[in-house]
Amino acid sequence: MKRILKYVALDILKNRIVLAYALMLALFSWSAFGLESNASKGVLTVLNIILLTVPLVSVLFATIYVYNSSEFIELLVSHPVKRGMIWTSLFVGVSLSLVLAFLLGAGIPVLLFADIGTAVMMILTGSFLSVIFVAVAFLASILTRDKAKGIGISIMLWLYFSLLFDGIVLFLFFQFSEYPIEKAVVLLSALSPVDLSRILILLHLDVSAMMGYTGAVFKNFFGTQWGLVLSFAVLTLWVVLPFMASLRKFNRKDL
Amino acid sequence: MIEIRNISKRFRKLQVLNNVSLLLQKGECVALIGPNGCGKTTLLKSVLGMVLPDQGQILFNGKTISRDNHYRAQIGYMPQIGRYPENMTIGQVIDMVRSIRNSAGPEDNDLYERFAIGSMVDKKMRTLSGGTTQKVSATLAFMFSPQVLILDEPTAGLDPVAAEILKEKIIDLRDKGCLIIITSHLLNELEDMVSEVVFMQEGNLILHKNVRELKEMTGKETLAKSVVELLKT
Repeated sequence: MKRILKYVALDILKNRIVLAYALMLALFSWSAFGLESNASKGVLTVLNIILLTVPLVSVLFATIYVYNSSEFIELLVSHPVKRGMIWTSLFVGVSLSLVLAFLLGAGIPVLLFADIGTAVMMILTGSFLSVIFVAVAFLASILTRDKAKGIGISIMLWLYFSLLFDGIVLFLFFQFSEYPIEKAVVLLSALSPVDLSRILILLHLDVSAMMGYTGAVFKNFFGTQWGLVLSFAVLTLWVVLPFMASLRKFNRKDL
Repeated sequence: MIEIRNISKRFRKLQVLNNVSLLLQKGECVALIGPNGCGKTTLLKSVLGMVLPDQGQILFNGKTISRDNHYRAQIGYMPQIGRYPENMTIGQVIDMVRSIRNSAGPEDNDLYERFAIGSMVDKKMRTLSGGTTQKVSATLAFMFSPQVLILDEPTAGLDPVAAEILKEKIIDLRDKGCLIIITSHLLNELEDMVSEVVFMQEGNLILHKNVRELKEMTGKETLAKSVVELLKT
């Protein structure tokens, strides 16, 4: 595994996109903290940037990378290497480099400007989001041999998690506003890693006080230790389930 | 050495392999022939574990190959169209395969030298001609002194000099007791190499015969003429 991982890592380093991504994140984060008068506002801006760009870049880069690695995969499968090993190495290689880019780009300014609790939460959820969307991308790209279709599926999934899902939740909120649905919303938020991350970070900020009763329910649930453990367990599931599904499919694929 | 037991494979509606059984022994040089799309490459890829058959079993030295990968250390494979990571140089590809194979045995650098691969190690795979790519494939297939060689149209795209070098190498290894499986359409070229002929059509194995027996049966002197004779009847 180490040997394959080495070649994947070298290949990603050579291709400068990940470096550019780190620089872009750094530029956004530093300017956000520099422009806003207080750090709390800066955190909000950075949060919105992270929640939008990290999943998008992760899902797109990983999908395209998997398709471009088809030759690499084909070359390796005829040699004495476990198939699962090839796929896992690719996954770990892409995930690690994207997480590293995120830490270098956004992690450093967040640590410097935000208070430590918020910063740690942001770094953790950002890293999780990177890996989750790499896993989603791996699943999307194993579903079809057609590159354009695969990238299409990835963009659709990103749109769904980043924009559509919010819309659906909001719609339900208004439709059933006469019923006590706050607890249901907590459950619902677990269905999208992006929303779950947003809630986890927002609860660390003062603005959560303005979320009213729902905010209080959120705080009651996510603020507790169990809520936190459960949230990260759900985030881990979001990595494991798509990746395992893709691994199963890869092991049975004809090359 | 390699035993294929009743394997079948279907790609969607197309039955590519239909209950194929085949027994191949050490020291044989087997020509796998048949019209385009008859399932030759699929059969070879099944032996390599690249294609997973729907039914049946493949045994390598008596052990089933499903869920195993170590047996592939003893196989050298030269694909019909070698596809390599485009941004890597020849040297990097060879180094990578070497490090992934991690073989302790001595390396066979005969083809590496005779194809003068050493003089082009810095060329990117993307810039190579079809023939040069084939040379790299051949070099990689023979490099780790495998006991079994699977060559899918090895001489297609090679210039006559390179093709001759490859042929010599194949004959040399056959005499050393390796099992060699070749698919090719150039029957004349196979003449002095092969000892067995396997003929496939539409996913079925039509015939598996010793070359000498085949010539006696059809009463022709060359392999090409015997096969043509066989196809007529």
